[in-house]
Amino acid sequence: MSQHYPVLLVTVPLLSAFIISGLSWVKKSLCYPLALLALGTSVFCAIGLLLRVLDAGAVEYHLGGWVPPWGIAYRVDLLNGLVLVVVSSVAFVNLFATHKTVQKDFPEKMGIFYTLYVLFATGLMGITVTGDVFNLYVLLEIASLTAYALIALGKPDRAPLASLNYVFIGTIGACFYLLGIGYLYIMTGSLNMADIASLLPPIYHSKAVLVAFIFCMVGVLIKMGFFPLHVWLPNAYSCAPEPSSSLIAPLMTKVMVYVMIRLIFSVFLPDFSFHVLHIDHALVWLACLAIIMGSLLALAQKNIKRTLTYIIVSEIGYMVGGVWLGNRLGMSGAILHILNDAIMTLCLFLAVGNIAYRLKGLELQDLKGLFRKMPVTMAGFVAGGLSVIGIPPTCGFFSKWYLISGAIQAGQYGFMAALLFSSLVNVVLFFRIIEIAYFEPMESLHGAASGHGIRQEAPLSMLVPLLFVAISLVVVGIYSGTIVNHLIIPVLPKGIG
Amino acid sequence: MEALIHQIVAKYNYWLYIILMMIGLYAMIAKNNLIKKLVGMNIFQTAIILFYVSIGVKKGATIPILEEHGAGMGEHAVRVADYINPLPHVLMLTAIVVSVSTFGVALALAVKIYQQYKTLEEDEILMRLREK
Repeated sequence: MSQHYPVLLVTVPLLSAFIISGLSWVKKSLCYPLALLALGTSVFCAIGLLLRVLDAGAVEYHLGGWVPPWGIAYRVDLLNGLVLVVVSSVAFVNLFATHKTVQKDFPEKMGIFYTLYVLFATGLMGITVTGDVFNLYVLLEIASLTAYALIALGKPDRAPLASLNYVFIGTIGACFYLLGIGYLYIMTGSLNMADIASLLPPIYHSKAVLVAFIFCMVGVLIKMGFFPLHVWLPNAYSCAPEPSSSLIAPLMTKVMVYVMIRLIFSVFLPDFSFHVLHIDHALVWLACLAIIMGSLLALAQKNIKRTLTYIIVSEIGYMVGGVWLGNRLGMSGAILHILNDAIMTLCLFLAVGNIAYRLKGLELQDLKGLFRKMPVTMAGFVAGGLSVIGIPPTCGFFSKWYLISGAIQAGQYGFMAALLFSSLVNVVLFFRIIEIAYFEPMESLHGAASGHGIRQEAPLSMLVPLLFVAISLVVVGIYSGTIVNHLIIPVLPKGIG
Repeated sequence: MEALIHQIVAKYNYWLYIILMMIGLYAMIAKNNLIKKLVGMNIFQTAIILFYVSIGVKKGATIPILEEHGAGMGEHAVRVADYINPLPHVLMLTAIVVSVSTFGVALALAVKIYQQYKTLEEDEILMRLREK
C-alpha cells in the first residue's frame, strides 16, 4: 500500500472531484464530507511519504509500470515531500475552516465549489510530485483553470473581470513555460527531469538551452506574481470569495516558487543556473525591488485583503531573492520560507475570512473596535502579523534570519537592506491595523447589529482552525532548526557553496 | 543578405510561429474588446501548437505507422529517419485540450462580465468601475 502513496496522493482527490460533482445533483450535503475525506487521504499519504523519504531516501513511482524516460515518473525527495505536506494540510485545514462561509455565501453552488476546490488541490499536489516537465505543465493548467473559476465565484461586479485578467496573464505564463519545454525537448529529446539533467551538461553553452531556461523561468515568474509581473495578483486574490482566497493565496504562489527551485535543482542544475549564466545578481536586485515595491504598495491600500495581497508580492521577492543568492543559507531560508509563508498567509486569510463572516466591509475604518467584538479572531490575526513582521518565536523570524545571513554571506547588502526595510514597513502596516481595531471606539453600527452583547465572535468551527494555524506558527518557529537540519540541508545540491 | 534569406527560407516554420505568436500577443495587449483579446490569446496558444508540430517533422518521412519491422532491418528494429516523431504531436493533443478549456472558461467569464456591465469594451467597464 505505502509504495502507492505518490499516485494515491493525486488520484484519490482527482476521482473524488468527479464524484463530488456528480453528487451535487443528488445529495448536496454529502459533497463536503467527501471533500474532507479526499483531502484527508492526501494529507495522510503526504505525511506517510515524507516519513518514508526521511527513512529511506527519495521515492520514485513509475506510472503504469513504464520506465522513465519513456513513461511518466513521480519522484518524491525531501524537498517536494515537505511541499506536499504543506499543500495537502493547508488545503485540508482551510476546507474545514471555510465550510460555514461556503454555507452562508453560496449554498446553491456548494457542489461546484467543492469540486473545484479538490481539483485545485489535486493540480497543486500533482505539480509538486511529478518528475516530468510536460506533466507539470498539464497539472499547472488544471490548477490554474480551477483557480480562475474559484476566483470568479466572488462578487459579480469585480471578480469575473479580475479572473479574466488572470486568465490572460496566466495563460501567457503557462505558454512561455510550454515553449521552454519545447526547446528543451528539441535539444535533449526527453521530458523526464532526471533524464534532461543528465543530457544537458555537454550542451550548456547552446543558445537553445539558454532560450529554454529564459522561457521556463519567465513563465514561472509570471505564474508566481514576481514583482513587475504581479499585476494580476492583487485584483484576483482580493476579489475572490474568502474561502477561495484563503486556499489560493497561501498555495499557488508558493508551489510556483517550488517549481522554480525544482527547475534549478533537478532540470538545469545549479551549475548552469549559477555558473554558466550570470543572472543571479540581476534577479536578486529584482527581488529587492519586488520586496520594496510590494511593501510600499501594501502600505498604500485601504482594504485589509488588498494589503495582504501586496504582502504576498513582497514575500515572493523574499523567496526568489533567497534562491538566487546561490548559497546554502539563502536557499535554506527560501525553502523554509515556502513552509512558513504558506502557514502565515493561511493564518492571515483565515482571520480575514472570519472578519468578513461577521462584518460587511473589509476597509480599514470598518475594523474599529474589532478587538472587543472578535477577540479570538484578532488574536489569530496578530499572530500572523507578528510572523510576517518576523518577531521570534514565530516562524517568520527564522526564515528571515536565514535569508539575511545568506545575504550577508553572499555580500548582497542590498537584499539585506530590502528585507529589513520590508520588516519595518510590515511593522507600520500591522500596527496601524491593530491600532484601529484596538483603540478606536466602536462604531455604533456594530453595537446596533448585535443588540446589547458587543461580542460577536465567528463560529467555533472557524475559530479552531485559525487557532490551530496560529499555534503552528509558533511550533514551526521553535522547531525550525530541526526542520532545516533534517529536511532542507540534505536536499541542497552539492554545487552550492 | 543571401545568408539572411537562407535563414528565413530554411526555417520558415519557426518564423511563422513567432509571427503568429506576436499577432496574438499584440491583440491581447492592444485590443480593447475582451473577445478580441480572447481570440488573441487563442492565436498565441495555437502558435505554440504549430511550433511543437513542426519540431516533430522530418524531411521525406511518413506518418509513424510501422510498415515493416523486426527481421531484416539490421540491428535497429525501426529505421527512425523514415517516420516523423509522433511524441510532440501527442503532447499537442493535450495542449489543444488545455487551450480549448481555457478558452471555454474565459468565454464563460466574458458572459458574466457582459451580464454585469452590458458591454465588453474594457475602457467602458473600467470607467463604470471607477464611477462607483
